Amino acid sequence: MNQRVGTDSSPLRFAACESASLPLFATFIGARRRAPPARTHRQIGSQLVGRRILAAMGGLDSSSMETDLDRPNIEEYLTTETIREVPKKLHLSDLLDISPTLTEAAGAIVDDSFTRCFKSNSPEPWNWNIYLFPLWCLGVVVRYGILFPASFSWLVSFSNLISCMFCRVGVLALGWIVFFAAFLPVHFLIRGHDKWRCKIERKLVEMMCSVFVASWTGVIKYHGPRPSRRPQQVFVANHTSMIDFIILEQMTAFAVIMQKHPGWVGFIQKTILESVGCIWFNRTESKDREVVATKIREHTQGVDNNPLLIFPEGTCVNNHYTVMFKKGAFELGCAVCPVAIKYNKIFVDAFWNSKKQSFTTHLAQLMTSWAVVCDVWYLEPQYIRPGEIPIEFAERVRDMISVRAGLKKVPWDGYLKYFRPSPKLTERKQQIFAESVLKRLEEI
Amino acid sequence: MGNTSSMLTQYDIEEVQEHCNHAFSQQEIVSLYHRFCQLDRNSSGFITGDEFLSVPEFAVNPLSQRLLRMLDGLNFKEFVAFLSAFSPRISLQQKIEFLFKVYDFNSNGKVTFDDILSVLRDLTGSFISEQQRQEVITRVLEEAGYRRDSSLVLSDFMRILGSSQLKMEVEVPID
Repeated sequence: MNQRVGTDSSPLRFAACESASLPLFATFIGARRRAPPARTHRQIGSQLVGRRILAAMGGLDSSSMETDLDRPNIEEYLTTETIREVPKKLHLSDLLDISPTLTEAAGAIVDDSFTRCFKSNSPEPWNWNIYLFPLWCLGVVVRYGILFPASFSWLVSFSNLISCMFCRVGVLALGWIVFFAAFLPVHFLIRGHDKWRCKIERKLVEMMCSVFVASWTGVIKYHGPRPSRRPQQVFVANHTSMIDFIILEQMTAFAVIMQKHPGWVGFIQKTILESVGCIWFNRTESKDREVVATKIREHTQGVDNNPLLIFPEGTCVNNHYTVMFKKGAFELGCAVCPVAIKYNKIFVDAFWNSKKQSFTTHLAQLMTSWAVVCDVWYLEPQYIRPGEIPIEFAERVRDMISVRAGLKKVPWDGYLKYFRPSPKLTERKQQIFAESVLKRLEEI
Repeated sequence: MGNTSSMLTQYDIEEVQEHCNHAFSQQEIVSLYHRFCQLDRNSSGFITGDEFLSVPEFAVNPLSQRLLRMLDGLNFKEFVAFLSAFSPRISLQQKIEFLFKVYDFNSNGKVTFDDILSVLRDLTGSFISEQQRQEVITRVLEEAGYRRDSSLVLSDFMRILGSSQLKMEVEVPID
């Protein structure tokens, strides 16, 4: 199960991070660090290109093909100063000098681009002086005491409901009441007029999402043309929190692929989201991928289905970076419409760190802040180009989304949050090192 | 410096700085502390092997297991001392001493043929046969004037690596 990182395993060789930890290609044996001649860089580049061509022609077996083709834009990450010219003869000092490998390890300990993707930055304290502090206190009172009444007294007396009408929980509660009052009869009683039923349920779900958004005082700016309902298209977006789905759902009813959650969220998933046509997956099951892939394909081909929304990152990222996109959404042969979402951190940090807080805590945090402000851009639908493989297509779309939303790209697979990297990657490093030793051995 | 506090006092920083022989500036130590707390998820005061391995870049490193044994159970002060070998302010001699410690698995002050073989095995995996590995090491040892059964001490390492331009530096990001 730990080898879950199958064909989607990212390069993991090049941490595209800003700190000076050495790029991972510095495992060549050799103590001398000279400026490499350009030909060495190109040699390696061409070797990789050669393998890719071979692989495309079916020349390599599938496992090595996967690890090769999973490395897009290698030359971007390869910097010249790390490729050293391989010295001719092997000395004891060369053999004993393991400093490049150790430096990589230490660099990873000190800072690595993967952990940075999931760091929630604590908000900067701005209230620590004599006049701002009382203002902040007032703000707390307003946010917690008026905007989010902690007491659910409306349950007790109806009159309080009116007074709470303009308060967030009140809004939310009212919304739920109206929603269920309309949804349950529609769902259970209107049989036979399926088309109408679906339409009404869709509208109700959209309304409920608007209520949710209103309950956090969401200020959402949508840019770009509204998504249309057509078959043969999927929508992909970057993922920061579960509320991404709610924000997008408010505008158009999407069907979405979600991880099944426990608790009340799971209950809502089962009852309501089924009506908009959601697909479930389970990260921890290895056979799950094929099953989900088939379901996705069927869904996109159905004419009446809601447009499908996929978050190809596979996990929540902190809205400063994007991790590698999984290629599942990009090998369906249909149009891919990218959606970029960027939250404004000044008001609240919408990143849901699922390891640190439950969804309920996260929602409560959102509801006790001032507002959730974000921008949503609907970008132009993309098609796979002739000669482009799904992974390259995914990278191209990730580029578009990252540029639009101002996010940095990082070559890691999001699933590494849950699983260890595949041992194949360590073996690749070992292989390179071994080959260089053997090569120099021949020259003694 | 308690396990649960997330604030470092000036006194703590100076103590850590003393311990690592001023390898890092005070700002770098604060940065390292944030990193330590970030990696130490359950706030136990030390980073477990699993927590280190959750950094994918570290997990794919061929020497990760060897380093984990050296890093196991270190508190923050010792963690900084461990990383001090990678500071640009540290002399070449001290870096070579660190390298020696990595090789000297059972910490008896001697690096034998088997120790070198073990490290080479970690680095090359299954891509060289055991026989070839032994051959490589024997050859380079003999060329440097040692026998296969001789064990190297720290001064030997200093002599062998002292004139090499060993570059073992890591930059601590200061945010």
